Amino acid sequence: MVKKIGVKTHELFLGLTIILIGGYLSYASADFLTLGNLYDLINNYAMLTILACGLFIVLISGGIDISFPAMTIISQYVMVTLIQGTSGNFALAFALSGGLGLLLGLVNATLVNRLKVPSIIITISTLNIFYGLLLYLTKGVWLYSYPAWFEEGVMLFKFTAADGYDYGLSLPIITLLVVVSLTGFIMNKTSIGRMIYAMGGNREAASRMGFGIFKMQLFVYGYMGLMSGVAGVVQSATVLTVAPDSLLGYELTVLAAVVLGGTSIVGGRGTLLGTLLGVVLLAVIQNGLNLTGVSSYWHTVVTGVVIVTSISMTAWSQRKGEGAVA
Amino acid sequence: MSARKTQDRVEIYLSLLIAVVVIAFSFLIPSVFWSSANFQSIASQMPILGVLALAMAVTILTGGINLSIIATMNACGLVMAWVATHYPPTLSSMLLVLAAGLAMAIVIGSVIGFLIAVVRVSPILATLGIMTLLKGINILISKGSSIANFPDYILVINSTNLLGIPLPLLVFLAVVIILWVILEKSAFGRTIYLIGSNEQATHYAGINTRKTLIWVYILSSVLCVIAALLMMSKLNSAKASYGESYLLVSILAAVLGGVNPDGGFGKVFGMVMALILLQMLESGLNILGVSSYITMALWGGLLLAFIFLKGAQLSRLFRRS
Repeated sequence: MVKKIGVKTHELFLGLTIILIGGYLSYASADFLTLGNLYDLINNYAMLTILACGLFIVLISGGIDISFPAMTIISQYVMVTLIQGTSGNFALAFALSGGLGLLLGLVNATLVNRLKVPSIIITISTLNIFYGLLLYLTKGVWLYSYPAWFEEGVMLFKFTAADGYDYGLSLPIITLLVVVSLTGFIMNKTSIGRMIYAMGGNREAASRMGFGIFKMQLFVYGYMGLMSGVAGVVQSATVLTVAPDSLLGYELTVLAAVVLGGTSIVGGRGTLLGTLLGVVLLAVIQNGLNLTGVSSYWHTVVTGVVIVTSISMTAWSQRKGEGAVA
Repeated sequence: MSARKTQDRVEIYLSLLIAVVVIAFSFLIPSVFWSSANFQSIASQMPILGVLALAMAVTILTGGINLSIIATMNACGLVMAWVATHYPPTLSSMLLVLAAGLAMAIVIGSVIGFLIAVVRVSPILATLGIMTLLKGINILISKGSSIANFPDYILVINSTNLLGIPLPLLVFLAVVIILWVILEKSAFGRTIYLIGSNEQATHYAGINTRKTLIWVYILSSVLCVIAALLMMSKLNSAKASYGESYLLVSILAAVLGGVNPDGGFGKVFGMVMALILLQMLESGLNILGVSSYITMALWGGLLLAFIFLKGAQLSRLFRRS
């Protein structure tokens, strides 16, 4: 019971912070609360949200994966190379990119399970292997050419608003909605979701209850890989280029968003709603700094302060809740 | 006892690996590998990585990790660079440079230590957050550009040879000896290993684990000051983005040197051997013209392979033979 209230409090707090900052921004900048700005914001943060959903599940299971930026780039690089000149559609793109991501995720799962060292060490290693091989094989060459159907993108329920721009359900937004619903369904409505929570809460107990730990690790890291592949398609569709080194260091931004949402890094605790609020908070802060014309030198400082404050508050409340020793 | 045996095995494996690498390069590139230029290049690169790896290792020994070592090094480097370029090169400003660097490190180390030991933030998150914050501050105060052209008393560190040995290497050896004494001969060191093995039991044994943890992160940060000095002397500049590739390699060197990623075990001697192995490999591959991307992948592969070998499989293999 105590835990549940604690989590709810965190989400309430995040929500209030977002409303407070949003309120200030709509007062300080005429551009913030416009359809155009919010629409761009959702499109631009779709990839981050998708990756955050994958990482959220890994963290709940008690693991961590920081190799996903490499998986994202590899999947989309291969996908974009393969679809050249084809008359396929986005289903093909998702299948190729997601499939490859899934495969790389399963490699991570196998290594984490077999080598029995903290998953951060394993995924730091695979991050280097994946990136090193990718940069070597591609010689760092960017990809610019896409088939016509890919460049065209997808736009459902298209309409032209009063400001003269077109709006509708773009590919990033559709993907975002599907991924969030799927992740929410898995974690809240299925038994595997409950087992992932249990494994993160107490791995030994979960194992003794007869949960197949390896199978669950395959699911968790595989899902992270799949999300990386999916995020790769979204990134490609948004920027229409693949730069092999474009996501270097991105793992920390995603991790920051998930942790900001109150997900515990030792596993077992956190909600998808919290994660989404964490992403929104990060997005609103970064957008706000841009809109109010704060020097870009300040951006990382502000992000750092927000992260440190948030993790400290989460840790402090959990520490009290547990009545922890030491 | 069994831990001790594992430790001995680590050193045997490392000696074998070093022998393999030396023999391989002696055949592949005999004239260049055994040249004094190659030894000079190894000697100039190893100290910085070595000190950073030790800064990483002391925290891993307690079961933690310090992802902010590079950001700490750059923060201390920038502060020292600012002092060094703003005051005339006298003895007092030399001391001021050191004091500024140390003060910065102690502040950073105390904040990290406080977050981990008192607020109970997990070490990964605490140091990740501090890393982001420090990076931001580093970029903010330096406006992304470098501070360069230091007085001679900083540059002299890199250019001096004592009895034919480069001074940075001697600095590194001094750090190694000091750390060996701290970790393996002092009560403080005992406590570090105990916390890494079982923090709660250590706490119940009446040891102030909070205080020790805070000191460990201060020690880690102070080591970053030494790395910063070596870096400044070598490059004649300080910048917010220097040395970022060292982060993974320092974890690699620590784990390769026998430091248990879960904490509790690991010796300074093994780490020195691992550093020699890594630097020889990097230098040799570089001479061979192997792409640095392949080297990057190789570091990851080497770490996984080593963790794999350290597991049960190889020990069984050894017993049979």
